[in-house]
Amino acid sequence: MPRETCDPSTPALEASGVKKYYRGAAASLFRSGPVIKAVDGVDLVLPRGATVGLVGESGCGKSTLARVLIRLEEPTEGSIALGGEDFLALRGEALRRSRRRIQMIFQDPYSSLNPRLTVGSTIGEGIRIHRLARGAAVGERVAALLERVGLSAAASSKYPHEFSGGQRQRIGVARALAVEPEVIIADEPVSALDVSIRAQIVNLLGDLQSDFALTYLFIAHDLGIVEHVSDTVAVMYCGKIVELSPAEEIFREPLHPYTAGLIASAPAADPSGRGGRAAIPGDVPSPANVPPGCAFHPRCPRVMDVCRAVPPELVRRGAHRQVRCWLYPAGD
Amino acid sequence: MTASAAARVRNGMAMDALLSVENLVTVLDTDRGTARAVDGVSFRIGRGETLGLVGESGCGKTMTALSIMRLLPERIGRVESGSIVFEGRDLLRLPEKEMRAVRGNKISIVFQEPLTSLNPVFTCGEQVREAIALHKKLSRAASKERAIEMLRLVRIPEPEKRYHAYPHQMSGGMRQRVMIAMALSCEPPLVIADEPTSALDVSVQGQIIELLRELRERLRMAVLLITHDLAVVAEMADRVVVMYAGAVFEEAPVGDLFARPSHPYTEGLIGSLARPDRRGGRLAAIPGNVPDPMRLPPGCRFSDRCARRFERCTLSEPPLFAVSAEHRARCWLRETGEGGDRGAAGNV
Repeated sequence: MPRETCDPSTPALEASGVKKYYRGAAASLFRSGPVIKAVDGVDLVLPRGATVGLVGESGCGKSTLARVLIRLEEPTEGSIALGGEDFLALRGEALRRSRRRIQMIFQDPYSSLNPRLTVGSTIGEGIRIHRLARGAAVGERVAALLERVGLSAAASSKYPHEFSGGQRQRIGVARALAVEPEVIIADEPVSALDVSIRAQIVNLLGDLQSDFALTYLFIAHDLGIVEHVSDTVAVMYCGKIVELSPAEEIFREPLHPYTAGLIASAPAADPSGRGGRAAIPGDVPSPANVPPGCAFHPRCPRVMDVCRAVPPELVRRGAHRQVRCWLYPAGD
Repeated sequence: MTASAAARVRNGMAMDALLSVENLVTVLDTDRGTARAVDGVSFRIGRGETLGLVGESGCGKTMTALSIMRLLPERIGRVESGSIVFEGRDLLRLPEKEMRAVRGNKISIVFQEPLTSLNPVFTCGEQVREAIALHKKLSRAASKERAIEMLRLVRIPEPEKRYHAYPHQMSGGMRQRVMIAMALSCEPPLVIADEPTSALDVSVQGQIIELLRELRERLRMAVLLITHDLAVVAEMADRVVVMYAGAVFEEAPVGDLFARPSHPYTEGLIGSLARPDRRGGRLAAIPGNVPDPMRLPPGCRFSDRCARRFERCTLSEPPLFAVSAEHRARCWLRETGEGGDRGAAGNV
C-alpha cells in the first residue's frame, strides 16, 4: 500500500517536543492576554500497525495535539516525522502529497460532513485530489469503500441527512480510508453515538486496521473503549503526557495518581462493585491558569512539597512505561 | 444489595408507590405525521427508591420525564392516554396552577447540560434562592441563607462567595452542583435526573454520582434516573426499566438485570460494553439502527435487529412476561415464564 514503506521498525508517526501555544484574549488594550499552553512538550511514537490510545479530560490538549499532528495547525515548537520523513519541513506540492498519508475521523458525524455534498462526492473528493483514480474509476472506488464500511453502494448518491449517526460515522470512516492513509487519528470517534452503535464502529475500525495495516491514534475520554482498542495508552493532563504504558499494565497497575483516579472514578457497569469510589476532588484547571509545579498537585491525594514547586519530568519506569510524577524519581 | 436498597425495591413493587405511571401514551406531531414517542409505558417508584430508566436516543425516556412534569413541547407533544399518579393524585388531571405547586416543590428535575439550563444573567445563588422563594414563605434574608446552605450541601467551596458567581464563572461540575442544589432546595420526594453526568468530565462524573448517592440517602428522596449509560445505572439504581422505541422492554432489580438480562436487546447493550476481560477482541455489537418511530417493524419492534428472532416475533408484539417475581421482559422467548435459555452475553 504505502509507496514510501521502508524499514518496518520506523514508526508510522513520531512526535518530539511538540508544543502549541495560543495567545489568550487580551486583558486590556495595553496588556496582552495570557499564553495558553494547549500542548506543552509532547513526545509520542505511533509504531506501525499499532493503536495508541490518548486519554484525557476536556481542555487537556488532546484534540489540539491531533490537529497539530495532521498539520491543521502548525506547532509552536517540536518535530513530527511521518514514516521517518520530516513532516513539518514539507511545503507546497510535497506537503499536499503527504497529507494523504495521515487522515482524521471526527467525533461528530453531523457537523463533519458537508450537508450539500452527496456522500459520493465527499468520499470521492480525496480520491480525485490525490489522483488515485479518474473518471468512472472514482465511482467504483467509492462504491467499494462504502461496501467495505458496511453501507450499500447506493448510498453514494444520497445526502448526509438521510443517514443515522452510526451510518454517518461509517461515511466519515470511508472518507478517511479513501486516500489510502497509513495513519488515522480518530478523535472521539464513538462518543457521539448510541450505545448499541458504538460497538459496531469499534469493530469496524478493528477490522479495517488488520485489512489495511493501519496505525491508529485513538483519542477518547471513555476508558473502557480505550482499554479495549489500544496497545499503548497515553494519559494527558494540562497539555502534557503524564503517563504512557502498555494498555494491560496501565489499567492493572496505574502509576500516576491521576491515571489511578481516572480509572477509579469512571462508573463501572457492574452493580456488585458499587460504592466507595475514590473520586478525584476538584476540577480540571483552566489551560490559561495551570497550577505551578506538577499541574495535578492541587487535586492529588499523594501531593508532596516538591510537587507544588517543581514540575516533574517524564521518566522511564521499566522497559515500556513512562510516568511524570515525583513519586517516581529519575534513576530509581 | 444493601438492606435499605432491598427495602426500596420492595417499596417500588408495593401498592403505595410514590409515583405510578400507567399505560402512558405520549405523541409528538412531526411534519411527517404523529409519532408515539411513549407507547403504553407503565412503571412505579417507591418512596426513597432510585429507578433507572435506560435507553438510546429516541427511545422515549426524556418524553416520559417531560410527561410527568407536564413540560412537553407546546403544540407538538401531548399525552394521549394513561395516568401519572403521584402521592395519590393524577398529575394529568391537575389544573396548571396546582401543577405549578408540584414542579420544583414535590418533583424537581436536573437536566443534562447545566450551562443551558441555568440563566446566564442571574448569579447562581440568586437562582437557587428563587427556587426556594417560589415555594416557601420565607423572608429574602432567610431564603438567601437557605440557598447558601444548599450550596454548602452540594459541596461548593466557599458558598457565601460563590453565591454571587455567574454560571459562566463556574466549571461544568460546579454548575451541575448548582443545578442539584436548585432541584433539592425544597426537599422534593421525587427528583428526576435526566443524564445528570453525561456532559461532565470523567473525574467529575464520579464526584456527581457520589454526591447524588449521598444526598438521596440524607434527604430520603426517590430518584428517576434517566440515562443511556449502563454504568451510571449500575452505580446508582435500585431497579431498572429498559426502554426501546417507546416501549418498556425489561424491568428488573439492578443486580438481576446485569446478572440475568432477559431480553436480547438488554443482553446486546450489556454485551456491547468494552470490558477488560474481552480486551482486543470483537465487541458483541447489535446490528442495524434504532428504528424510526414512524416506521416500526411489525410485531416486536426490535425484531429487525434481533439475532434470536423467530417467526412469531414478526407477527405479533409480545407483552411483558414475568421472568421472576420482580423481573419482566417483553420477549416471546420468555413466554414460559421460566426464563428459557439464556444467551452467552447473559453470563456476566
